[in-house]
Amino acid sequence: MNDTSLRRTPLHAQHMALGAKMVPFGGWDMPVQYRGILEEHRAVRSAAGLFDVSHMGEVEIAGPSALPALQSLVSNDASRLQVGQVQYSALTTEAGSFVDDLTVYRLADDCFMLTLNASNTAKDLAWIRDHLGGRAEVRDVSDRMALIAVQGPRAVEILQRLTPVDLGQVAYYWFTSGPVLGKRALLSRTGYTGEDGFEIYLAPDHAPAVWQACLEAGTPLGLVPTGLGARDTLRLEAKMALYGNDIDDAHTVLEADLGWIVKLDKGEFTGRAALARQKAEGITRKLVGFEMVGRGIARPHNPICRKGERIGAVTSGSFGPWVQKNIGLGYVAIKEAAIGTDIEVIIRDQPVAARIVKTPFYKRTR
Amino acid sequence: MYPADLKYTKDHEWIKLDGKLGRIGVTDYAQHALGDVVFVELPQVGRALQAAETFGVVESVKAVSDMHCPVSGQVKEVNPALETQPELVNKDCYGAGWFIVIEVQKPKELDALMDAKAYEAFVASEAH
Repeated sequence: MNDTSLRRTPLHAQHMALGAKMVPFGGWDMPVQYRGILEEHRAVRSAAGLFDVSHMGEVEIAGPSALPALQSLVSNDASRLQVGQVQYSALTTEAGSFVDDLTVYRLADDCFMLTLNASNTAKDLAWIRDHLGGRAEVRDVSDRMALIAVQGPRAVEILQRLTPVDLGQVAYYWFTSGPVLGKRALLSRTGYTGEDGFEIYLAPDHAPAVWQACLEAGTPLGLVPTGLGARDTLRLEAKMALYGNDIDDAHTVLEADLGWIVKLDKGEFTGRAALARQKAEGITRKLVGFEMVGRGIARPHNPICRKGERIGAVTSGSFGPWVQKNIGLGYVAIKEAAIGTDIEVIIRDQPVAARIVKTPFYKRTR
Repeated sequence: MYPADLKYTKDHEWIKLDGKLGRIGVTDYAQHALGDVVFVELPQVGRALQAAETFGVVESVKAVSDMHCPVSGQVKEVNPALETQPELVNKDCYGAGWFIVIEVQKPKELDALMDAKAYEAFVASEAH
């Protein structure tokens, strides 16, 4: 049970003290749940959840050519970012598929930070260095950075007790720098749950104090520590893609229904030609959301059929603890991808009725 | 945690014998390991099952697990409550969270199962 080959976040001792169930994830020993996925999921939707996501990778791209260098790697238009702004984007292959998905922070005119999936960080770094060939400075700052997320309708109220920064002034997908418990942190109004909240980037040795202070300030308001299990069901209800499940190097950004992060008019980038061609010709398959109509929970790799004929496969599937339905995502042939289409998910060799529905499955009321 | 009047399998099912009938469920260890149960699939009444045969599926948010019949028998009853309240498996695994009742065909097969003490030792060895 004590796998020493796994990396530990600066909050590992906190997870042990809370009695978390730990699992290997992307090379890290991470909490999958504390008291239970359903309880944690509901707490985030109704009050707040506290997440350790320090396993995520962070890379800085800096120098006079940082912007054009970054622009050559990603599908979204980083030139639209002001200093203090965040953008969801894709690191793309020549084929227009995903090396990874990421968030881009403009720290300064000539300095950007990329937040990367833990399991992809080493691959992404090699890819970035290889493709930039020294045009900008690339710094792996993952080890200097812990990452704590506070998410939910009461997240801002809770975090406000730890910082003099007026959090209400930070708009969605913007960030600011300021003291949290007296030490500098980057406060980003972003998340992976479909809720309001912040992600706090901070020095690893400061993370345990901030974690404890969030628990102390938040517990009376309903905040609970939340593991990767609920993080997965929360992001699924909000239809946020998970690398390795819904997006990968075999599906393009357009097929993933993320056309809004593909800016063909911004200039050349890796994969632009393939994406331009695909946009002109039309995609042949698309990531859609579905709801189970019959009894059963769809799981990744289950075939999707329509009238007995295979049209695709499930990439994510679960019981949705807040929407109280069995939901999922999957790629289907474009001609069968319309909302309202009746499909079958093949679960343990049996077809179970399902229907393609509008996504996200859950959207918070502001 | 492991009632003395039950017999146990290495797959963490229990069976309680009452005359010819055997009531079957999963143990407290199993429900803990599974986490929040959100779906249970049970067999048709009347189905004949061999010892160790898969008779159903229990799914938590993260995991899908087959359930195995501890001894041979014919399904006489399935728990209808689990269709709408799968969480009973977590809340009351030896009571309201039972899965099926079978008519036991070969009572001698029960001798191969563990008693509470042996099962407790088995669980301790599994957890290291």
